[in-house]
Amino acid sequence: MATVEAPRGAELLKQLGKAGDGKPPLGCMQCGMCAASCPLGHAMEFPPRKLILQAASGHLDKVLTSPSLWMCVACYLCSKRCPRGIELTDGVWPALRDAAMQQGFQPPAELQETFQNVFKYGNILGRSPRQRMDWAKDLDVRVLDLSKERRPVDVLWLVGCYPSYYPRNQLVARAFARLLTQLGVTWGVLGVQERAIGECDRMFGEEGLFETLVEANRKVLDKQDFRKLVVLDPHAFHALKKYYPRFGAWYAVQHYTTFLADRLEQLKPLIAKPVEAVVTYHDNCCLGRRSGCYDPPRSLLELVPGVKLVEMSRTRDNALCCGGGGGGMWLDAHIVAQGGQRLSDRRVAQAAETGADILAVSCPYELARFEDAAKVAGLEGRLKVRDIIEILAECMDLGERTTL
Amino acid sequence: MNIAVVVRQVPDLIEPLEIDSSGATLDLSSASFIVNESDDHALEQAILVKEAGGATVSVVALDFGDVDNTLYTAAAKGADRIIKLSLDGEPPSPRAAAALYAAALKPLNPDLVLVGVQAHDELDGGLSPFLAAALGLPYVGVICGVRRGAEPGTVTVCKEFPGAVMAQLNVKLPVVLGIVGAEQPPRYVPVAKIRAAMKSAQFEEQVAVAPGATPPLSICRLEPPASGSHAEMLSGSEDEVAARIAEILAQKGLRK
Repeated sequence: MATVEAPRGAELLKQLGKAGDGKPPLGCMQCGMCAASCPLGHAMEFPPRKLILQAASGHLDKVLTSPSLWMCVACYLCSKRCPRGIELTDGVWPALRDAAMQQGFQPPAELQETFQNVFKYGNILGRSPRQRMDWAKDLDVRVLDLSKERRPVDVLWLVGCYPSYYPRNQLVARAFARLLTQLGVTWGVLGVQERAIGECDRMFGEEGLFETLVEANRKVLDKQDFRKLVVLDPHAFHALKKYYPRFGAWYAVQHYTTFLADRLEQLKPLIAKPVEAVVTYHDNCCLGRRSGCYDPPRSLLELVPGVKLVEMSRTRDNALCCGGGGGGMWLDAHIVAQGGQRLSDRRVAQAAETGADILAVSCPYELARFEDAAKVAGLEGRLKVRDIIEILAECMDLGERTTL
Repeated sequence: MNIAVVVRQVPDLIEPLEIDSSGATLDLSSASFIVNESDDHALEQAILVKEAGGATVSVVALDFGDVDNTLYTAAAKGADRIIKLSLDGEPPSPRAAAALYAAALKPLNPDLVLVGVQAHDELDGGLSPFLAAALGLPYVGVICGVRRGAEPGTVTVCKEFPGAVMAQLNVKLPVVLGIVGAEQPPRYVPVAKIRAAMKSAQFEEQVAVAPGATPPLSICRLEPPASGSHAEMLSGSEDEVAARIAEILAQKGLRK
């Protein structure tokens, strides 16, 4: 296979230190906090500590060809706990994956397909860009499609790939459209012009694809007149907040949980009925550990009369990941083949231990991951998985079918 | 070794195909295009032969659909020459296309011509044997592996036969090979390399011309496939469809 010149291990890590992602990785003191914290570290040939050690000591190729390079699911536990403040998740892993691909080493086949889908169709599911608005078909509220009718709006809602295309998530998108309308804000969507934001592509190490998406999204967004972007996907929130500005693309962006939590007083009068349920909330990694947003989602759940909020054994900055970030959504088979476990299976067991009726989530990946895991664990019917939007829509009588 | 690869654009089936108002052709204005899968394998096989011991890989394509992206990707994978043939009008049928490709390939004087053994828009037969005939070269089809032969001027190829029988053949060059699959899946090239190719790769642009006219294909009517009497089309709500599937599986003894 053809290879190109790429920086060697220590040099690569040195360059990373200058890129502004936390402290320089060469400052690693090999304490092993990262490897011990990593929920998949036991199954990795090179957990983060060894990854740095091998790369820095001249064995970059060993790292780049190891299946463990494709096992990080971007839970940020290692980054959060590193006593030296090294940005492992956002910095070291993507850089090494990028180096591997630049040298011609192939990522797992499932990832190749996902990359190609995003490059060709602008969405991770490989669906036609023309079907972007299918989620809004026959919806009983008006959806302003800014690709057809350009008008100033308060909120430009980036619907996201899963809520646009995936039937289970489309229910959440439809509920959010009703909720936005009830709140009386002016809002619109990009319709067929919407593309993936590209966070997971960047985390996979596909920096070139990420740049392509930033350029394309910027071209579309800069033509619109809006006060803020609102996203359902915490990964998109993270990328828009942290990585788009590096390309000069600055946008005011909010994840829907903070957007709604800022409007608790406006939400209160909309409540029509209680939802009698014990609910536990899963802190997704991008919103929680990465962005420190723990209270807004809980404040929304506490708003719902009848909801009794209970916490899992691992919660807030210690929460266990669903296993879907950083490309993990497509790598379950790869991770299991390496001796790892689907983290969503472990997480639903923790949710069930609380005695909750509902596992509440705020990330589009998690509905599919946890609903599957609940089936595998025999919890179907006992533990329901619901987006916070669905719970709000239920208590506001905005649901098109009784979901609770 | 001088290798030429033909890569074609075919309608992407993620979009529903529509028949135009004449009833005899597809409405390609609403179609999107992708590289033909077995041509992608042909390119991969050519790059593998190149990497195994030096060769020049020339890629030839007709200019329609999303051909530029396909060609930049080919350059990023390691193709040395890219020849783009501009086209007047609609994409031609395989027989007519064979004459156009042959006219462009002859001056290259290739030792080995690799082309996908099939494409889903081949209305009047496969391109690969027509191409061999137009070039006046021997043809071997349904190939799933090509290596440099032990004798100079030969290649050793792996050919698939029905019943999962594989044969290894020593083939004298020059030859046209119809590729069904490369020895490994087409490689992934990072987008950064494709972007670099967009800046640096040079296309040799030519007008597609063929000596003598190929009699045009006359299509009377196109119709979407009708549901056959032996298929049960399931309809209704998700729950009804799921219940019916469960019932069928139970009837077949696959589920209790």
